[in-house]
Amino acid sequence: MSSLSLGRIRALLARYIYVLRSSWPRIAELVYWPAIQMFTWGFLQTYINAQAGAAGFSGRFAVAAGALIGALLLWDSLFRAQLGFSLSFLEEMWSRNMANLLMSPLRPLEFVAALMAMSLVRLVIGVVPVTLLAFWFFGFNLWGLGVAVVAFFVNLVLTSWAIGLFVSGLVLRNGMGAEAIAWSVLFFVMPFACVYYPVTTLPTWLQLLAWSLPPTYVFEGLRALLVTHIFRADLMLEALAINLCMLAAGLVAFLALLDSARRAGSLLQMGE
Amino acid sequence: MNEAATATSVIGAGAPETPPVISVRNLRKVFKKVVAVDTVSFDIAGGSTTALLGGNGAGKTTTIGMIMGLILPTSGAVTVLGADMVRERYRVLGRMNFESPYVDMPHRLTVGQNLRVFAGLYGVADAAARIAELARSLALEEFLDRPAGKLSAGQKTRVALAKALINRPEVLLLDEPTASLDPDTADWVRSRLEDYRRERGATILLASHNMGEVERLCDRVIMLKAGRIVDDGGPTTLIAKYGRETLEDVFLDIARGRAAAAP
Repeated sequence: MSSLSLGRIRALLARYIYVLRSSWPRIAELVYWPAIQMFTWGFLQTYINAQAGAAGFSGRFAVAAGALIGALLLWDSLFRAQLGFSLSFLEEMWSRNMANLLMSPLRPLEFVAALMAMSLVRLVIGVVPVTLLAFWFFGFNLWGLGVAVVAFFVNLVLTSWAIGLFVSGLVLRNGMGAEAIAWSVLFFVMPFACVYYPVTTLPTWLQLLAWSLPPTYVFEGLRALLVTHIFRADLMLEALAINLCMLAAGLVAFLALLDSARRAGSLLQMGE
Repeated sequence: MNEAATATSVIGAGAPETPPVISVRNLRKVFKKVVAVDTVSFDIAGGSTTALLGGNGAGKTTTIGMIMGLILPTSGAVTVLGADMVRERYRVLGRMNFESPYVDMPHRLTVGQNLRVFAGLYGVADAAARIAELARSLALEEFLDRPAGKLSAGQKTRVALAKALINRPEVLLLDEPTASLDPDTADWVRSRLEDYRRERGATILLASHNMGEVERLCDRVIMLKAGRIVDDGGPTTLIAKYGRETLEDVFLDIARGRAAAAP
């Protein structure tokens, strides 16, 4: 396979941005759900804090509140980045455009690169405004966590791309019947990634599963930072190592499933 | 119709005088237990227009899919412009293009946006000029700012044709290029295809059910039935061979298993 072309990646990225720009409800929706979630949990936490304050436990609960809202924002970043990747891919299926792309000189890796770039675009549009709202309404400043935020985001985005690659490959191979996986796959991961509670909450045998998931390291790292004010670089590096393995596996799976779709002859009939 | 071009291509077996633009050798495709294409071989000479003709399930679309490299053959080989389409298709995809009524352009993008995206994907250097040229020749100027999803079937076909010609392809693969078009629009599309082949010397391979279209556009017809080539020749040659008046009669003879007339 010859070298990748930035021009082709840019052309495909432009296609996704054209779609996004064509509909303001689509842009609004990117912010709408994260904002709704953040407000719901934020106000709940405000209420719990007030009750805890009345009972004389305010300090500990304030830290827990920060951890909850922080975890919520990071979880949503993971979810939105994965959707950003998978939905851009699904756009091609919905519009029956896949054969046009695969018949063009666009290489699979360029396709993947454009999907990754679009997932970042959607993530920035969806999550940055909500982090600002979280600061304004609840005083939680995610960006105040400094360099740790970068480490958290890098790891979560890498996880989202690895999952997006698996999901896209499955849709490519099995058609739109596999579309539901794009929406639901992360909710299967959620209980084991220990988003809102420490890994030690899980039974010992499940902790093994939890530690095989990179997001677990990010959420443990967030709690460590908020509770003990220590940035656990070791956790971030371990997550990065697992993420790189997952990303490589996702890429191999995507290419293998694309090949399998070519063998099954399904690429010409793809669409809703 | 120009049957002279057929003289340089292979009918049945043998070697062409010049290297074929498309070469298909013992191509076979089995989907689970269904044999869709069964040991098909043919060569297509540069600058010709060839039709794959056959009823539903004859293997036309599968054969075109394998020539494009979108479907992997079970066995056999396909080369286009000298490139093996299983292993090195990216070497030549920029010199090819295709159109099919079963593949759409993104509906939410305007016609102009769609063409800009595909110009970028094909690395068209003078994209704006090329889009303007295509818009003029395919009468798309007034639709450039309209979403592709809001066009009529005829307009969509013209846009799909513009996409298929965006990179000035040397090889154009067309799957039922005038399906679902009214006779006037279909005739107009055929004229544009004839113009393109004449101006660029392109090689066109099309799958069609439309006998009038095939008689008008094609130098050569490859008749498929149940995944096999059952006859191969120029339209007038085939009509004479079967002792018939039209290609449609020949098609019906083949579909119903009637043999060619005795010489």
